[in-house]
Amino acid sequence: MSTVFIALQANEETRAIIEAIVLDNPEAIVKREPAMVKINAPGRLVVNRETIESIVGRSFDLQEMHIHLITLSGNVDETDDSLTLTWNN
Amino acid sequence: MAVIALKEYSAVPRDLVANFNGKQLVYASWDHHLLFAAPFLFCVPPQMTFSEWVAGPLTQLIAADPDAKAVDWSSVQWLKANQPWTPNFAGSLAENGVVHKDQIRFRTPGLNSLLTVN
Amino acid sequence: MDTQVTKKKLGLKERYKLLTRDLGWETTFHSREEVFPYVHYEGIKIHDWDKWEDPFRLTMDAYWKYQAEKERKFYAIIDAHAQNNGHLNLTDAHYLTAIKIFLQAITPGEYCAHKGFARVGREFGGVGTQVACQMQSLDEVRHAQTQIHAMSNYNKFYQGFHAFSDQRDRIWYTSVARSFFDDALSSGPFEFMIAIGFSFEYVLTNLLFVPFMSGAAYNGDMATVTFGFSAQSDEARHMTLGLECIKFMLEQDPANLPIVQKWIDKWFWRGLRILALVGTMMDYMLPKRVMSWKEAFDIYGIENGGALFNDLARYGVRAPKGWGDAAAAIDHMSHQLMLGLYQWSFGTAFHGWIPSDDEMEWLSAKYPDSFDKYYRPRWEHIKKLAAAGTPFKNYGLAKLCQTCQLPCVFTEPGDPTLICHREIDYKGEKYHFCSDGCKEIFENEPEKYIQAWLPMPQLFQEPLKGDLGAWMNYVSLVDGQDNGDFDGSQDQINFDKWRGMATSNK
Ligand SMILES: [Fe+2]
Ligand SMILES: [Fe+2]
Repeated sequence: MSTVFIALQANEETRAIIEAIVLDNPEAIVKREPAMVKINAPGRLVVNRETIESIVGRSFDLQEMHIHLITLSGNVDETDDSLTLTWNN
Repeated sequence: MAVIALKEYSAVPRDLVANFNGKQLVYASWDHHLLFAAPFLFCVPPQMTFSEWVAGPLTQLIAADPDAKAVDWSSVQWLKANQPWTPNFAGSLAENGVVHKDQIRFRTPGLNSLLTVN
Repeated sequence: MDTQVTKKKLGLKERYKLLTRDLGWETTFHSREEVFPYVHYEGIKIHDWDKWEDPFRLTMDAYWKYQAEKERKFYAIIDAHAQNNGHLNLTDAHYLTAIKIFLQAITPGEYCAHKGFARVGREFGGVGTQVACQMQSLDEVRHAQTQIHAMSNYNKFYQGFHAFSDQRDRIWYTSVARSFFDDALSSGPFEFMIAIGFSFEYVLTNLLFVPFMSGAAYNGDMATVTFGFSAQSDEARHMTLGLECIKFMLEQDPANLPIVQKWIDKWFWRGLRILALVGTMMDYMLPKRVMSWKEAFDIYGIENGGALFNDLARYGVRAPKGWGDAAAAIDHMSHQLMLGLYQWSFGTAFHGWIPSDDEMEWLSAKYPDSFDKYYRPRWEHIKKLAAAGTPFKNYGLAKLCQTCQLPCVFTEPGDPTLICHREIDYKGEKYHFCSDGCKEIFENEPEKYIQAWLPMPQLFQEPLKGDLGAWMNYVSLVDGQDNGDFDGSQDQINFDKWRGMATSNK
């Protein structure tokens, strides 16, 4: 199965996003590199708004992620509630 | 089609020999001697004899290689346009059929101080 | 949470629909063909433009909001950088060479991408496509501006930053990136999308920005990290646009497949050639290194690119033709080009140097199959020449590839001891190439590439006629300041002096 990934800047705001990704994607592997965090997962990775909100304790618009995104890999599907990355193989 | 375009399309090359004020370009490289990162470019008159070119600009440029002094030009193997070729040292570049932008290569088997040849 | 009682706002999909709903009107004054004259001639067949999906569905208000936020973050750091002697916080001034190359060769490409997306945003027939391309056009001009702005702080203190726009047009190594973008800009809209949206953004920018920016962070260069990540935050959207575009073309008509495949082959190879420059930055120019060029290529090229092409296999797409040659060249390309950059450093607006013993150790550990066997002996010889007081300068100018415009530094596939020589005759003229990939690109559209403005042959034509001094004026290169060896350069002397002043009371 191909690896999908998402990379975020290492900063205060992304700590909660990364925590949420780890909670929702048990197979995810977090790699901390200088100034950035890259998260790999086999085939599929999902970022859920509600999980982030439960961590930060406020409402969170998933599109806020655009400010911190560095790169991603996979087909993207975004709704108000989640951002999903997948490879079809 | 020579180019994907909305209509007939033709262009003029930028590096025609006519642009070089009576000179021409010649490229040269010494096989398996990669201290020199790429083939050399020379802009020389076509009347220059092959021996003048070898003894002058070519010898000067390859001097930094530790094998340079050991090159015996009379036993060097030559290629032109990637084909084996025997130059006439006394003849001019033009008489030798060295045209604008021709690539000359030479080989010196046994000389390989900096690069082990597989 | 007591705010939940307010009426649920419109969903993402609905908001996006409202944004675009009135933009796709039927033309009546002119025919559709007259309004969109460029969407057919490349041979791509589109039956339903509404099938183009923008998965991010960013509306204009959200776009401005987030872009403004990025700018605020960017300028906060740029100000802090300028106010806190950021130019002295670098690990080492060697590092400046990498960002000079970035400014001279890559930043102008951002501006070209801006122009290109503005144009194709007008030329495409579908609303989703138009909006996404116009947003990307705005992103790209922002990238150009923020990069120039971030690096302008270095221009106050160091050489080689002052004339990047002249150098972009005129100096030799920048012509590699320039010709890449000129080629894309002079293509039709669909090919442009493959060139920039797909190959450059999806397949290549990860390699350009991610490890390199992480490297900038590692080397204390906050200005570059900031513009890098600020630009890169748009990149996820750009990559997605590129990927959606390719899926859209392939889904619209099976006849599009061979055209698309040909473009993938072409633009992968052209991109790989630009990456040769990036490879030298990663392997030779960062004083502290995050990963080697080879490691980066394994992650972002082989693994990620492989995943992508496996995914696209359902449409019949195969990996780019040059994929195998590229993988075989990874052990060699950065070394081959760096030897060139060093020996021609009299003609570069950045400094070169011989790798230190430490650096050579690192290189042989990262390249166990190639560095010691092929490249170390050359560097050792160059070191000997320098120690003897006769430093190696190769005043023989280089043969350039007619397609990628790099000097022909690359070797035969399978033989790292022999330069790859490829040539053809076209209408009575000879043309030379660095590789089979570049030769094939020429053969597919010769009339395009015979017009290539190759810096080395141009030097011998009017008005310079081979005069190296006049050439330096022409490319705004100050001899003895911008070029040559790092050791003994003003950059080295000033950095050491100022850093000393900043860290002591002398
Ligand atoms: Fe950009
Ligand atoms: Fe090439």
